[in-house]
Amino acid sequence: MQDIIIKNGTIFDPINNIDGEVMDIALSNGKIVDRVNESKALVIDATNKIVLPGGVDIHSHIAGPKVNMGRLMRAEDHYRNLKPKTDVKRSGVGTSCPSTFTTGYEYSEMGYTTVFEPANPPLKMLHVIDEFNDTPMIDKACYPLFGSNWHVMEYLHDNKEDELAAYIAWTLRSVKGYACKLVNPGGVEAWKWGGDAEGLDRAIGNFGVTPREIVKGMCKAVQRLNLPHSIHIHANNLGMPGNYETSIKTLDSMREFAKDGKPIAHLTHVQFNAYGGSNWMNINSGAEHISDYINNNDHVSIDLGQIVFSDTTTMTADGPFEFKLQALTGNRWINADIEAETGCGIVPIKYKKSNYIHAIMWVTGLETALMIDDPWKVCMTTDHPNGGYFTTYPKVITWLMSQKARQKYMEKVNKRAKSRTALESLDREYSFSEVIISTRAGPAKLLGLNNKGHLGVGADADVAVYNIDLKKVDPAIQYWKVRKALRRADYTIKDGEIVVKDGEVVKSVPGRSYWVDSKVSNDLAESVESELREKFKDYYTIQMSNYIIAENKIVNSSPITVQAEV
Amino acid sequence: MEIFQDVVCPVCGCLCDDIEVNVENNKIVKARNACAMGTTKFLNYNADRISVPMIKDNGVQKPVSLEDSIGRASEVLVNAKYPLIYGLSLSSCESVKVALELTEEIGGVLDNQTSVCHGPGVQGLHDIGESTGSLGEIRHRADLIVVWGANLQEAHPRHMERYSYTSKGRFRNGKDDRKLIVIDVRNTLTAKSADKFVQIEQGKDFEFANALRTALNQEQIQKNQVAGVPVEEIEDLAEILRSCEFGVIFFGQGVTQTNGKGRNIDGLFSLTRDLNSWTKFLIMPARGHFNVTGVNQVSTWQTGFPYGIDFSQGYPWYNPGETTIIDIIRRGENDATLVIGSDPIAHFPPAISKRLTSNPIIAIDPAHSMTTMVADVIIPSSFAGIEYEGIAYRMDGVALPLKKLVNEPNNTKSDEVVLKMILEKVRDIKRRN
Repeated sequence: MQDIIIKNGTIFDPINNIDGEVMDIALSNGKIVDRVNESKALVIDATNKIVLPGGVDIHSHIAGPKVNMGRLMRAEDHYRNLKPKTDVKRSGVGTSCPSTFTTGYEYSEMGYTTVFEPANPPLKMLHVIDEFNDTPMIDKACYPLFGSNWHVMEYLHDNKEDELAAYIAWTLRSVKGYACKLVNPGGVEAWKWGGDAEGLDRAIGNFGVTPREIVKGMCKAVQRLNLPHSIHIHANNLGMPGNYETSIKTLDSMREFAKDGKPIAHLTHVQFNAYGGSNWMNINSGAEHISDYINNNDHVSIDLGQIVFSDTTTMTADGPFEFKLQALTGNRWINADIEAETGCGIVPIKYKKSNYIHAIMWVTGLETALMIDDPWKVCMTTDHPNGGYFTTYPKVITWLMSQKARQKYMEKVNKRAKSRTALESLDREYSFSEVIISTRAGPAKLLGLNNKGHLGVGADADVAVYNIDLKKVDPAIQYWKVRKALRRADYTIKDGEIVVKDGEVVKSVPGRSYWVDSKVSNDLAESVESELREKFKDYYTIQMSNYIIAENKIVNSSPITVQAEV
Repeated sequence: MEIFQDVVCPVCGCLCDDIEVNVENNKIVKARNACAMGTTKFLNYNADRISVPMIKDNGVQKPVSLEDSIGRASEVLVNAKYPLIYGLSLSSCESVKVALELTEEIGGVLDNQTSVCHGPGVQGLHDIGESTGSLGEIRHRADLIVVWGANLQEAHPRHMERYSYTSKGRFRNGKDDRKLIVIDVRNTLTAKSADKFVQIEQGKDFEFANALRTALNQEQIQKNQVAGVPVEEIEDLAEILRSCEFGVIFFGQGVTQTNGKGRNIDGLFSLTRDLNSWTKFLIMPARGHFNVTGVNQVSTWQTGFPYGIDFSQGYPWYNPGETTIIDIIRRGENDATLVIGSDPIAHFPPAISKRLTSNPIIAIDPAHSMTTMVADVIIPSSFAGIEYEGIAYRMDGVALPLKKLVNEPNNTKSDEVVLKMILEKVRDIKRRN
């Protein structure tokens, strides 16, 4: 592999306190290094360009059974974006549910190098891995779902905290998961009988544990397992008017489990969890309350889940939410429940500027992002494809960076919504450094990826170069130039190789699949495993040995080993 | 003797994974837990094998080397303007991936048994969506099981014991806690074991589903009978459906391949959706070949489309009725066909089979069939889940690892390997042209 030197670029690297300095960056053997032999290295002239760490997406639905059901249902969505085969690229399709190759290429062409898939049933993780193997260009990982898992609820009911922790460690290791995802804790089990969770403190039928107990129990387990990422939580009551209160109560119940100043809760796609009002007529933004809570508490991080007005596809493990959404919209509806673990719902949606509720959603996301003071707590996402496609990230970024861009949009949205928002009065504009934090440095830190999100010596050589001349372009004013430049990177470098040039993939690389192996004590691991062996045939319709995924099924398997405290 | 535990059975869409297989001297001697279909395949798969590659020369199939057969197959495919690739439901997903890459490379169409089987169900899914789940959900919760136009007892012999009517789950203790209703035109073995059998007229599934919806939505049915069933009985049935705690419909080709096709599934999916306003209700297809679901899954994530994928414009394109195999052959548009582990000559309508033979046919298959008898190039292959490993998807989309139990015969390779060799050769020829 040839060494590379990126010369004269304007570097943004918040982790190493570099804020727009003109410097050279040297890359060798897949890592960022101090220096290389300039006479032999490939030189990239980055004069008047910005040089950033590769993008890190903490939450994007890119692979697995749910996404594939979405692809299957939305054949018509694919016809809007047909990608022919080239010398280096496989063909593909899709906008809201793109095919796997296309997903990898489009992320890479946007300068992203790491994307984490946020929700899949442990039972179907082999499917996820199989899709990861076909998703090139990016490093990946997946958060398996635990929020309505029978084992989890039983261990909690029986106060078996050690066993719960060991079970989670076993599951992550067996199905190759990275972090724990909770979606509508307990509510999805209730949905399997057609119901939903009713508040945080009413026990889930047949299991005798409450959503609050599930959340707290999982926090404790994750904390004891020393997992690199916190609990990734989609709170109860998602999408409903007035739900900011549930979100705050949920977060508050998690506070006691934070340690060493690290967050224990990642409240994901916060926009969907942050509404005020009491019904669909008076729904409004609860951003003020949510951001106030997050400003005053350090155990929480968020990602935005910003909506972008478009024709997209909602997909979540929150089956009861999607059931309500199909009743509300009359749109097509997929539901897919998974034995002993979780569920899933998919409904296409068209977010319209003229629609009061959709306009409120748009406002809520942006207000939250602008009202939270510390950018390290805020990751920029659209909860792809729930709020919008990942290819619209540059648009969202310009809304954060430019009040002018927001105001221009504001003129077009529903007037009643406009009259009920504080967005117009918010004059905060994200600096470039803050954008880098919320799209690279922040998510990398929150995921515990020490070699990503920065350009220091020893970091992975994942780098993006964009054609933005900050001497000539003010992002707050000529925001469209920034948007255009961020959509197609001049160069994307993955593990020290140029994979994108002038916004086009020039080389296909497979990318890694990360997973976490948290080591618990041998005795505990053995006793939990033998107990599981007993229960397995009663709970599942497959054999335990076939549930465990062999490492040789994974292209570029990259385990991260941690030592548990149990 | 070697004993393999938890073997996945490579026969039907149930993909039972609790089979214990005994192997002696590279021969399977016993398959415990398997049904009659599974046992038959495990013990007799080796009968009627194709032993050598062959190429037709002056109307006679003559043995050749593997390299020659790969070479001829590749030439045929490169020279074809609109080649078809068909089959794969008995292959691993790894083979499907290579087949997709090959089809993309030669700008052809990749179609699959789905096209003549559960394809209309997919069209119903495009239109309505689908309320479904994994089979364990049925086992644990269902107190009402409706089998519509399918014969589970004979086509999926262990379905009821493992996943549905007689299975024991967390909240249901076997058949005493469940009701089985069969809706069919014939009094099948499954119908005979049902608590209630509703015999409808052939080709009236769409009307019947809509009559049930009408009754369910408390509207008046403006007739005395629909599909041969008196209105009172329809109203009673609607009442049974909506008053269960957790219901499910399993449907088969009796619905997908009868008059109305995709529209029938629209009817069934809409009925299921309506039922969810009253209670919890799921629906799922009873898929036949063991990895037909896998072909749809892999095709969908790689191309966006589940079957009938046309690469002739460089990108994937899908339009059932236009890009599906029967329609392409009927219009006489294809000029070569590669068949992988399937027997279209025996199973397609006679006029279509006849037309298929007017262009070169390449067959990759472990055993002799009508298609291999007329093929111009024959390449023997090995059996997925017996002679080579890989991934397959159960009818509810649960991915399972297929095992290698015995070695493949000499000179025989998996279709994954054969397809890779063809792909390489095709690229080689294209480079030289």
